[in-house]
Amino acid sequence: MFMKELTPEKIENLIACPKCDAVYDVGYVDKGDRARCDVCHYPLISRRRDAGLLIIAMSSAAFILVIAALFLPFIKIQRMGFQNETTILDAALAFSDGPMILLSLATVGLIVGLPALRLALTIYTLTPIVFDRKPWPGARRAFWLSENLKPWSMIEIFVIGTAVALVKLTDLARVELGPAFWMFAALVILVIVKDTFTCRWSVWRALE
Amino acid sequence: MTVTAKDLGLVGCRTCEKVWPIGTERCGRCGARLISRDHKSLQRVWAWWIAGVLAYIPANTYPMLITTTLFRNQEDTIIAGAIELASYGAWGVAIIILVASVLIPLAKFFAIAYLALSVGHRTSITPFQRQVIFEVVEFIGRWSMIDVFVVAILSSLVQLSVVASINPGIAALAFALSVIFTMLSAKSFDSRLIWDKIEAEKQEAESAT
Repeated sequence: MFMKELTPEKIENLIACPKCDAVYDVGYVDKGDRARCDVCHYPLISRRRDAGLLIIAMSSAAFILVIAALFLPFIKIQRMGFQNETTILDAALAFSDGPMILLSLATVGLIVGLPALRLALTIYTLTPIVFDRKPWPGARRAFWLSENLKPWSMIEIFVIGTAVALVKLTDLARVELGPAFWMFAALVILVIVKDTFTCRWSVWRALE
Repeated sequence: MTVTAKDLGLVGCRTCEKVWPIGTERCGRCGARLISRDHKSLQRVWAWWIAGVLAYIPANTYPMLITTTLFRNQEDTIIAGAIELASYGAWGVAIIILVASVLIPLAKFFAIAYLALSVGHRTSITPFQRQVIFEVVEFIGRWSMIDVFVVAILSSLVQLSVVASINPGIAALAFALSVIFTMLSAKSFDSRLIWDKIEAEKQEAESAT
């Protein structure tokens, strides 16, 4: 085995699968190359041609959508002359009595705060890299945080939750969807595409 | 045969995949803490798991939604709410809610317990299959939050003075906590433990050569 010739330069080119610890020697990786772990099939590398600029563009668009959607009507209902309109922040802040306020704070974080933070961190990390500049200070920390917050950004779940709520409401009242709903639906697609285009391996190598 | 970082006297970073000599404390690239095999992870898995199971009990016994219409005031638990939807004929939504709020959380509790108990033991299923179970648990766990969001949307939207109003019940908080604790439990699990050969197998392999 190659155990005996483990010089620091050799270690430099090795990566270990974070799921099963299998080690791979990554030599030259071309644009468009992809690699999955042989043992557990975890995707390790997925380089795409000129993905960087696209990711920044999509992240910026998504960031603007999150912020703008906060101030626009989300859903409106009417019944027997009474009507009510809600924004995304109203929905997140629906739990307001006593200990339920904790749930409100968590909801704001999961559907607005953390998604917006992840987008900002992505823009901050990738902008200098894409334009071949030195990474901005704290870029590694920023990308580390963005990677670790991934499961806690729940906009897609919120949008499906809205669809379920609409079905529940249709026989109770007349429902109208506001612009913020469509902005959130678009946002979900942008974030999913952005995440699939991001190659962690390439970003980490660029941040070295 | 594949070689692991541990076999080579190295440790891999679980965030950025870079490899370092064993004993290095923090990854020099991304700053994550480096641990070759996190055996203490099982304690954290169980601690969060117990918290998740405990929170799941009030989540089902207390009301999730309190609906007030002109003539009546109704408190529904998760399961009662789904049954009522089904009785209106909204079978699809009733099934989504039952799957997301009952089936998935229960399956997750069993799956995490099984993965944690099977570390270091021979199992009838392969490590690859156990890894698949783990990935499914990690992927699907977040989706249980759907019911909490439904409650949030309904209770902010349906506030039509005397005609109809919907308010969240305390079960929404318990349920959200249960989902978050279970996500933390799954996140604490070091999946590399699945792939380690158990000692007995190692000795067999050594005596065979």
